[in-house]
Amino acid sequence: MSDATALDYGFFSFASKDEVLEKSKEYWNPGKTSFWSESGIPLVIDRREEYFIYDVSGKRLIDAHLNGGTYNLGHRNREMVQAITVAMQHFDMGNHHFPSLARTALAESLIASAPKNLTKVIYGSGGGEAIDIAIKTARHATQKRKILSIIKAYHGHTGLAVGTGDDRFSKLFLSDNEEDFPHVPFNDLEAMEEVLKGRDIAAVIMETIPATYGFPLPNPGYLEAVKQLCEKYDALYIADEVQTGLMRTGELWGITKHGIEPDILVTGKGISGGMYPIAAVLVSERCAGWLTEDGFGHISTFGGAELGCIAALKALEICNRPETRSMVHYISDFIGRGLREIQATYPDWFIGIRQNGVVMGLEFADPQGAKFVMKRLYENGVWAIFSTLDPRVLQYKPGILVKPELAEELLDRTEVGIAKARADVMSERKFR
Amino acid sequence: MVDTMFEMPLDPAGVPRGRAMIERAEWAARAFATYDAATVQRIVDATAQAGAARSKEFAEWAVRETGYGVAEHKLLKNLACSTGIAAKYRASDYIDVVIDSSDKMVEVPRPAGVVLALTPSTNPVATVMFKIMLALLTRNAIVISPHPYAKAVCAEAARTMAAAAVAAGAPDGCIQVVEEPSIPLINALMTDPRTDVILATGGTPMVRAAYRSGNPAIGVGPGNVPVLVDATADLNATAQRIVESKSFDNSILCTNESVLIVEESAAAALLNAMTRAGAHLLSDDERDRVRDLVFPEGHFDPKWVGKDATAIAAAANVRVNARTKILVAPFDLVVPEEPLAHEKLCPVLGLVRVPNVSRGIDAAQAVLRITGQGHSAAIHSSNPQTIMAFSAAVRVLRVSVNVGNSLGASGIETNLAPTMTIGTGFLGRSSVGENLEPKHLINWTRIAYNTDALVPMADFAGLTPWHTPTAAVPAYPRASNDLTAAPLVPSTVAMSNDAPDELRDEIRRLIIEELNAIVRG
Repeated sequence: MSDATALDYGFFSFASKDEVLEKSKEYWNPGKTSFWSESGIPLVIDRREEYFIYDVSGKRLIDAHLNGGTYNLGHRNREMVQAITVAMQHFDMGNHHFPSLARTALAESLIASAPKNLTKVIYGSGGGEAIDIAIKTARHATQKRKILSIIKAYHGHTGLAVGTGDDRFSKLFLSDNEEDFPHVPFNDLEAMEEVLKGRDIAAVIMETIPATYGFPLPNPGYLEAVKQLCEKYDALYIADEVQTGLMRTGELWGITKHGIEPDILVTGKGISGGMYPIAAVLVSERCAGWLTEDGFGHISTFGGAELGCIAALKALEICNRPETRSMVHYISDFIGRGLREIQATYPDWFIGIRQNGVVMGLEFADPQGAKFVMKRLYENGVWAIFSTLDPRVLQYKPGILVKPELAEELLDRTEVGIAKARADVMSERKFR
Repeated sequence: MVDTMFEMPLDPAGVPRGRAMIERAEWAARAFATYDAATVQRIVDATAQAGAARSKEFAEWAVRETGYGVAEHKLLKNLACSTGIAAKYRASDYIDVVIDSSDKMVEVPRPAGVVLALTPSTNPVATVMFKIMLALLTRNAIVISPHPYAKAVCAEAARTMAAAAVAAGAPDGCIQVVEEPSIPLINALMTDPRTDVILATGGTPMVRAAYRSGNPAIGVGPGNVPVLVDATADLNATAQRIVESKSFDNSILCTNESVLIVEESAAAALLNAMTRAGAHLLSDDERDRVRDLVFPEGHFDPKWVGKDATAIAAAANVRVNARTKILVAPFDLVVPEEPLAHEKLCPVLGLVRVPNVSRGIDAAQAVLRITGQGHSAAIHSSNPQTIMAFSAAVRVLRVSVNVGNSLGASGIETNLAPTMTIGTGFLGRSSVGENLEPKHLINWTRIAYNTDALVPMADFAGLTPWHTPTAAVPAYPRASNDLTAAPLVPSTVAMSNDAPDELRDEIRRLIIEELNAIVRG
């Protein structure tokens, strides 16, 4: 480095953080870049390790966002880095047309890990593509077109997935299509049955806990009843386990805690180990028909890239260890209790904890409450993000390998951030 | 700013999983450290009973897997190290706070945390059980890395006890065992900063590695036990004791007698009595053949560890009575170049005759100059002056008197702390000079008041920082809007010891029967 303040990474360099931000606006995404600067989160991530990310200024943050579980195992997890480094001595992405070593090995492992009715795996390069594959698969299997999801659902931004979600992301691109993608309120069985009754629904797609909606918890029995309704009206059940899978609820797949055998299960994010993009769709034999009828029906050059498969094999192995499962239970118990203690200190502000394992949504008594908390947490060394579709709620997602001392530190920082955000909101209200 | 991750060395197989076990143990240890005494007692009892109930099976399995020792003796050790340890320390308290009003201090016990236990092939299951019991008594989590020769039986023993402990309310993961031990894995576990203390029982290289690890360690040095018999001893009883002790588990306890030093005037009578008790006194030719067999090129051949005396005799082409339990190998001078003066983990006992007690003490010291300082020695005598002179001169930290040393130094037939780990202290390059016992696995936080009489000490009576867990630890992660739902995949068993009364009575009856059989046998 010629200049002590320069950001020189060998592959590229910038004179300063300001230069990065300027060029980010100029060449990349002005809206996003400005949004974070204006939100008091001037973050440009530099170093990353374990559950820490560092701003280029050196500021350290505990990552409690994890990009929706992508960094479930931490950043640059040592085992992940080693696995991919070794794999690169022999493998590349592979050829998507041919049978492959790594794709086959991963498929076998995924099937072994999943509810037993699931028998085949289809790969995507990311969660959105995987959701599209799930929807296409359901349409083929049922020869019906409509996909039913919940209001404020979020399943990704690709061609079909975007239709299942909130129109905030579809209208922008003239992609809203209520005809093919009807929506019903979450936790409302009557509304769901009303739509299913028409028997023209190919599948209901459900996140086991809707993440971007702030992790509202399904009422006890709700998902089970939805599955029964699906069976009654000949619709398939697609379990979107992108954020609830991989041990985040204390079981490998959150849906198994409900005793549900979904017709299709989608995994993404964390299955990559945070190191190499990959996503997968696990389907039942009934749904797998197109793979025999026309195996070239869905083609994806990057889907199931062999390096990604090796990353996924390693991530799956780590998640599935008995030690990991035990630790998630400890972490969930410890942080849950810590949060309830903080809540008891600020009951008028911190009004709810939605928790299932280390999937957590923290509710605050202000329509934009989580944005205040996010900002104060950032100042105090924690990165957690508000819920796009319900900004009262902070998505709070500790890793599944968090150590006791880091869990304590996270709670300490969280308590201070919540208290300061409360003061912010109270003083703002005074001047309103 | 691109860092050096590309130079990251690859972790050997098994190491990442081992690290995960340490991490899980860290969580378990934190939870366990807040348990109250009554709950711990229940866990200790349930775990001990579960180990004891399968002691016979494990004893036979250990002999089969390692090829060492005698099953009925291993059964005795297994019982001693499970229900025996539980009984021994029933009245001891490693949990409640201690209030000392006169010194104006309150002492709060603080468990070590994560105990890494390395266990040997020679006493495999007994050592596993022993260390588990010590960890539970003191509210520590334990990760066991068994010797590779005994890994299957040790893993099963540990899993059995872990399941019983958790069923009785212990935190999940407080007892774990490495299924596939390897040198790189053991090194990784020993040097892991989350390992709070290493209990190293085994060979010298492993013990030294434990001390080099940078973590607190309790390792022990090797033994090489001299036993002195003077003319004042009850020779018939002594002969019986020495033969029994030397043949116990075919000499694989590190406390077994290595060299018998006998005062010349008592030698003939002692050796006659020993012969009647099952010893075979080797002629000089026979001795040479046994020495060449057991110490080829002058070094002990581990293939004879824990083998029957008759098998060794047969291999050395020595004809012995089929009931022969030990071989006695006479030699003249205790010097390093004499192989028979070295440690022998097999039923071959060196024999040196000395003109008087003073020369006997010299010979015992010579044995310990070869190896075994800080460990143990034995004496059979009725003369307190001799016993005192011997004990003060010989560089060991325990002297068994008028008792076989195998079970004497290990506290099973003396009132030393019953142990599978003999602290060899400064003499033997160890941090502990006593028999390993529960107290070695805790520290105390001392609340110390101003000595000034004007500063009063508060009344701490009845205060306890500990809790009675009311559900499984950790709680199963149920959805926060559905806390009463039963988990579909139960993580742990219910709190109470679920064994029905009849089953528990049956286990108790079996244990008592087995103990009685041993006592009679």
